[in-house]
Amino acid sequence: MSEIFIETVRDDGTPDDLGSVPMSLQMGPSHPAMHGTIKMRLRLDGEIVQKADVEVGYLHRGFEKSCENSTWTQVFPYTDRLNYVSPLCNNVGYAMAVEKLIGIDVPERCKYVRMIMSETSRVGDHLTCVGASLMELGAFTAFLYAIEAREEIWRLTEEVTGARLTHTYVRVGGLKDDLPPDFEAKYRKVEKKIRSLVDDILLLVDRNRIFLDRMKDTGVMTRERAIDWGFTGPCARASGVAYDVRKSHPYLLYDRTDFDVPVGTTGDNYDRYLVRMEELKQSLRIIDQCFKQMKPGPVNVDDPRIVMPDRDEVYGSIEGTIQHFKIIMEGIQVPPGEVYSYTEGGNGELGFYLVSVGEGKPYKCRVRPPCWNFMQAVHEMLEGYQIADIVPTFGSVNMIGGECDR
Amino acid sequence: MSQYVVQRLTERFPDQILETHAFRGDDTVVLKRDKLLEVLRFLKEDAGLNFDLPVDLTVVDWWRKKEPRFEVVYHLYSLGKGHRIRLKVPVDEDDAVVPSSRAVWAGFDWYEREAWDLYGIRFEGHPNHTRILLWEGFEGHPLRKDYPITKRQPLTALLDGKQE
Repeated sequence: MSEIFIETVRDDGTPDDLGSVPMSLQMGPSHPAMHGTIKMRLRLDGEIVQKADVEVGYLHRGFEKSCENSTWTQVFPYTDRLNYVSPLCNNVGYAMAVEKLIGIDVPERCKYVRMIMSETSRVGDHLTCVGASLMELGAFTAFLYAIEAREEIWRLTEEVTGARLTHTYVRVGGLKDDLPPDFEAKYRKVEKKIRSLVDDILLLVDRNRIFLDRMKDTGVMTRERAIDWGFTGPCARASGVAYDVRKSHPYLLYDRTDFDVPVGTTGDNYDRYLVRMEELKQSLRIIDQCFKQMKPGPVNVDDPRIVMPDRDEVYGSIEGTIQHFKIIMEGIQVPPGEVYSYTEGGNGELGFYLVSVGEGKPYKCRVRPPCWNFMQAVHEMLEGYQIADIVPTFGSVNMIGGECDR
Repeated sequence: MSQYVVQRLTERFPDQILETHAFRGDDTVVLKRDKLLEVLRFLKEDAGLNFDLPVDLTVVDWWRKKEPRFEVVYHLYSLGKGHRIRLKVPVDEDDAVVPSSRAVWAGFDWYEREAWDLYGIRFEGHPNHTRILLWEGFEGHPLRKDYPITKRQPLTALLDGKQE
């Protein structure tokens, strides 16, 4: 596929005395900075990127086709594997879409638990993104700090959900289980550690000359272009679009919590970094308020057609056995209709468009991946910059292959 | 809130609207294909509607369930007004073409390519009408309901040398 462009004049018409020719370069998919799932065909004039052609699809696993052949509950493990850095946000997003389609409301405690778990997941997501892009810039120590903080979160999440990465914690109409009794005490320890590690990262890089030179004024996306490309989430906010689903259209109980939405001004890599670091602190603030506000109570809706019965009932009563059998074998019966439900995922507006024909399986289960929009526009953030700027720009848009390719 | 949008559209394009309905708070307008681009431009540029954010574009395949077979579904959002709308455009299997909205919102570029790739809907006027998730040379469109889930199309030969 490699091609060499031989030109004797430059694009502006001046003669090219040095006889240099634009070079075409294949970057990825087996390139560490491309996360193994993106290929870029670059046309370079020396160090300057003239044209970038982005190719996706290396991680396409047929999410939608698989969902159409699973029951509504069996979709949860697939949603874990969309944005696998913040799976709980996806779990919550999908569960809320199905609940909207059925027309049920979950108990208050369930909403608080979902908020706490989503926000811890978001902290992990932002830490991974920031840490990985710092590592790609050579700041390996900062990466280790970020990953240590994320590891604390995953350990905590493992105690709640039983899994480190693919949690499948949320269910239609509730949760797999309530939080463990000593969760808050454990969380406080983790929170303390996260805060100190985040401060360490800030001290390491915030006024680092190399870091600032690499991040400032590179990969700029203006507000108008960001809206036109359909940007949402931290990338849109860094460009000055003050849109956060949690604030603009509060779901769960986000309207009862007080938090700020950080907004950038220039939309460069540095702004995206700052927005993520601030959001991470705001997430911790939200969790704090959730702990203060939540009260003991049920976490599942009281509806045997939707929620799985307790184990004792399954093995001890005929009703429990039938109920269990029906939900497992036939799936939850969802009334016919279509909904679009949207939540704030780690990367932006995570939408689920579900169509039901009144069966135990989704007729269509479409996910609106926020990364998709970043990837179709990333060439605008690369062209005209140096080849070395690809790495921080690509890192700061936080492309997650599982979500982008599905 | 988006009832206002439905009302505005009905006043402006009474002959283009096949049906409107609301379910669980989502307002939907079913449109004819003829003047689709004009309607989309109106939605974006009208000061009272101002749908500036392209949210989602996808297709529903109603194989053996409904006629016409496909529905192209648009989701739009207005950052300034805070309202949403869902548009649906039914298209026939034999004539699965809709005008491309790439010129109205740049953000639907890849969404349209994906819809072509997975559902086989053509978007007339799209500047780069190629497959996106699958490779050129892939046969069929896998999200169509008549594409079996067990069908395999390996790009490279399998370990036993068979191409299947």
